[in-house]
Order: sequence, then C-alpha cells, then structure tokens
Amino acid sequence: MADAVMRRNTTQAIVATSLLAIWLVLAAFPFFWTLWGSFKVEADFFSRQSWWNAISGPATMLQTGGHFTLDGYRGAWIQREFWRAALNTGIVTVCVTTISLVFGTLGGYALSRSTRRYTFWILIAALVFRAMPHITLVAGYLLPFFKLNIWGVLPTAIVVLVAINQPFTIWMLHSFFMSIPKDLDESAMVDGCTRFQAFRWVVIPVMWPGVITTGLFSFLLSYNDFAVTAMLLNQDNQTMVPKINSFLGTVQTEGTIMYAVAAVVSATVPLFMLVMFFQRQIVSGLTAGAVKG
Amino acid sequence: MRHRDFAAFIAPSLIAMFLFIVLPVGSIMVQSLFVEHDQVLVTTKNCGPFGCKEETRVDTQATEKLRREEPLGKFNGLGTYFNRAHLAIAQVGQIFSGNHGFGDIVSRLYDLPFYKALSFTLVYTFLVTPLCMVSGFLVALGVNAIPRMIKGPVIFLSLLPYIITPLLGSLILFWMINTDGVIGATLQLIFNDPELSLKASPVLTWVTLIVYGVWHMTPFAFVVFYAGLQTLPRDTIESAMIDGASRWERIRNVVIPHLLPLATFVALILMMDNFRVFEPIVGFSAAANATSLSFAIYNDLNGQTDQLFGSASATSVLTMIGVIILLLPVLVRTWRDFKGRAR
Repeated sequence: MADAVMRRNTTQAIVATSLLAIWLVLAAFPFFWTLWGSFKVEADFFSRQSWWNAISGPATMLQTGGHFTLDGYRGAWIQREFWRAALNTGIVTVCVTTISLVFGTLGGYALSRSTRRYTFWILIAALVFRAMPHITLVAGYLLPFFKLNIWGVLPTAIVVLVAINQPFTIWMLHSFFMSIPKDLDESAMVDGCTRFQAFRWVVIPVMWPGVITTGLFSFLLSYNDFAVTAMLLNQDNQTMVPKINSFLGTVQTEGTIMYAVAAVVSATVPLFMLVMFFQRQIVSGLTAGAVKG
Repeated sequence: MRHRDFAAFIAPSLIAMFLFIVLPVGSIMVQSLFVEHDQVLVTTKNCGPFGCKEETRVDTQATEKLRREEPLGKFNGLGTYFNRAHLAIAQVGQIFSGNHGFGDIVSRLYDLPFYKALSFTLVYTFLVTPLCMVSGFLVALGVNAIPRMIKGPVIFLSLLPYIITPLLGSLILFWMINTDGVIGATLQLIFNDPELSLKASPVLTWVTLIVYGVWHMTPFAFVVFYAGLQTLPRDTIESAMIDGASRWERIRNVVIPHLLPLATFVALILMMDNFRVFEPIVGFSAAANATSLSFAIYNDLNGQTDQLFGSASATSVLTMIGVIILLLPVLVRTWRDFKGRAR
C-alpha cells in the first residue's frame, strides 16, 4: 500500500511540475523571443519559411554581415527620436509617483486614523472611482482642456494621472497605515508633537516599506498608461506607449516594423529591471489589499 | 482624529479626485446631451445662360465659427443615447417585433455597434475572470510545491505577463501570432492551411483576446493565492493527512475554503480590470471583429477630423452605469458589514 501511495505522489508531482513548466514557458517565452528577434532583420523575425530563421538569422547575416544588428534600435531611438518619448516617460513617471505618494500618504494616514462615518464613504467613493475605466474620464477632460488651453502638455497629463491614481494609492496606503499601531503616533502627540509632526517624524519612518511598495505601483500605473497619455498629449510630448502606437501606423507601410519591435523591447527593459529588484515588494503589494483589507 | 486635522490631511487627495474625477463625470453627463453642429449650408442661385440653378454648398467659414463659439454643439437631449450607435431603441424594437428566432435576434443585435461592444466586454469579463482564478490557483499550488531555491526565479518569470504594459504585451503576442510570426506560421503548418489567420475570423479573434487576457491577469491571481497558501494552518493540513485525506481531498476541503475570502477579493479586482479591456484591441488590431466599450469611446475621441464628443460621452455614461451594476453586490455587502460593525 505504501508503494501505491508513493507512486500516486510521484505521478501527481510530475503532473504538477509539468503544468508549472508549461505556464513558465507561456509566461516568459514571448519576451525572450522578442528580445532575441529585435536584433535581427524583418525577413528573419517575420520569416515565412521557417521560425528557425528568427533564431539563426540567415537574412540578418546577408543584409548586415553580422549575426546581430542594431538597425532596429538605431532607427527607433535616433531616426524616429524615441529618446524624446523615453525622456517624457521619465519626467511623467517620476513626477506622478512623487506627487501621488505625497498626497496618498497624507490621505491614507487620515483615513486610517479617523473612525468617523465619512471615512467609510470616502473609501467607497474611491473604490468606485478605481473601477471606472480611465478612458471614460478622458472623454470629460478634452473639451474643458481645449477651452483652458492646457491640452497637450506634460504637466496636464501628470496632474490627471496623479488624480486617477489617487483612489488606488489611498486604498493601498490606508491598509498599510492600518497595520501601524495607533499608540505610536498618539504617544508622540502626548509628548507634545502636533498631528503633522507625529505623522512626519514618527509614522513615516516606520512606513517606508509600504511607501516604497505603493510607489512601485504608482510608477507602474503611470508607466503603463495608454488611455490618458494617448489622448491628452500632443505629438511632441508623447510618452513611450502612445509613441509606439503611433509608430505602428507608419512602420507597416514603410517596411520598418523592426523599429517598433526595438521600441517595444526598449520600453519593456525597465519593467524587467523593476521586477528583478523589487520582486518582494511587488508581491507584498499585490497581496496587501487582500490580506489586510 | 479631529475634523480639522482630518480635513487638512485628506484635502490634497480629495481636491485632486474632485477636480479630475468628479467634475469630468459631470462634464461627460452634460456633453452626452449635446451633439455636434451640422454643417452650415447655404443655398445660392446660380444664373447662367441656360437658366437658373439652385446650388447648395457647405459654408466652411460659418461652420467653423459656429463650432468655435459653441464647442459643445447643439442640444440633443437624450437623443444620442437612443440613436443607432448607442442603445438603438428603434432598431431593437424592430428586431424583437419581427425576427426569425433566437439566432436571428443575436446576430442582428450584434450588428449594432453598442451591443457589439457590450457583448464582447461582458463575455471577456466573465470568461477571463474565472479562467484567471483557476489558472492562478493551479500555478500557486505548483509554485508552493517546488524547492525553495528556485521559487524566486519562478515567481520572477511568472510576474512578467502582469507587469508588462498591456499595449506592449499584446503587441508582443500579436507579432508572434501574425501569419508570419512564430506561432501563426506554426499553426498554419500544423493545420496545413496557408490561409489560416487568427485575425480573419471573429471567433478566433475573440479566442485570441481572451487567451491574452488570461495570460495577462493570471499572475495577479497566482500571487494572491500563493500568499494565501503561506498562511495555511499547518496542523489542519497535517491532521487531514493523518485522517487519510488524499491530495485532492485536502485541496477541496482545506485549501479552497481557506482561500475563499481571498477569492472574492481577486474576483472583484479582476472584474474591474477586465471590464475596461481596451489596449489589447488596439494592440491586436482587432477592432473589426471585437470592440469593447472602452474602445468605442477611444474610437469616437480619436477621429482625425472631428471628434465625436457627444457620442463618446454617452458611451462613457453607459459604461459607468455598467461599472456601478458590476460593483453593486460588493457595495451592498460592504455597506451591510459597515452597518453591522457600527451597531
């Protein structure tokens, strides 16, 4: 009987492991495939004859004389000025993350320390706002922004993204602040701190893990945004994601689709790095709402 | 906390949300009642040697001027909501008064743009959400069983589809399933059909988008369920094992009940995120065969010559009503909990 149990356990283990292996291939293979292919020419990456061409790259050898080519990257970054979009993305994400965190820590702290009825309503309103598709709000921005003549510039997009991120940010920070005992700031206030001093000098120093985690998600939300930045920024101020989308319209006809592939890979690399360095925080952030809230 | 302190702390956040979420919602509601101006037409009498002709042409200058002076357009009441591009009351009435059975109703409803978008959005939301939860749960069980050493790299790889920008993720997959991409070409080879294209048929496009959705959101469900597995009480599992429960019985009777509260949270977040499905339709260039509510708004706003603000706003209001309906069970439950706690 022990034998039968053992055998069943091994089969189960094999099934579980192979399922996991399939998932891992599905999850990761597209990225590595595209990364590798971005150093080839179009005839190889989109080869009609055989997918093996994308790996070995005979056309790349023929056309450029090397196994790998930087043509796609050169075309995207220099010729099509992708660096401008990368710079804009940098400005937008840094500003949005910083402002979101400042507003969010203040608001989240207040919500976690007040026991009154209105905190409930604010949190519920935030939940509803969080559920609203961003593009529905964009429809409401355009006419007023045209009228005020603030359409198309980076500060507008930054302010809008901060506001759109607020519901999420205060929910997450609220749940992190809830895990910090109230006695901490109350004893600081007994010692003569004002509410703000207690917040700034006593609570925030122990909140860093929560702040960093929330910051990562604010960063991701602004970095990954397409709806807002595509509709609110003009051609010169576009960030990376809408820029890549506008690449698509032209590259297909020009036969320079590898520019778009290179741009996509370039925009993916920072996200890769982010997961690599902050994996623990991202995992804890994803579960924060579930476990604590 | 005193009211004054509370107000001071929450002010920046509330003001931002009021200005850029509450006001725009109001602005959408107002805009949806208006419709773009018609072009100003002038009729002139042209008299030539062969008699007089009446000629109608567009007065571009006057049209421009009118549009500049009243950017909202002219008042249309609820007209936009009921026209063919939205709720299509007249057309729906026709369909229901004379049709050839259920299949006919469905196919004719699907020809109306709003119902086309709505049906895809709902199918996507209610298929992707449970599928993600199942696959996320399976991945979580798998990762939980592997040696500690390789857990880190495995979680790293598993997170990638979730962390990727939706538009870029769908482009990466789109290039692979393209007829000359690796998956597309291989599928042609397997089915021995050089014409096979995932883009061509509506059904295959829907399947592709749903597969993308599951791929993109599974890591989220996985991470939450994996965290839940870490808090599983060891002694319960061990006593179940001593009682002779098989692996499947342990999962069914111990693990799943333990994860149930997390599952509601995951379902809520997944539904909210899936309901706004939009970028994959752009990335997969799928608009011909599948549109969503968000995409319909984007499409109206993105018109190169004239942006249809009235139409986009009406769709936005309808979408928000959809979101509220979707959230209603959660809102009611939270409200009951809150009342219960207050008492």
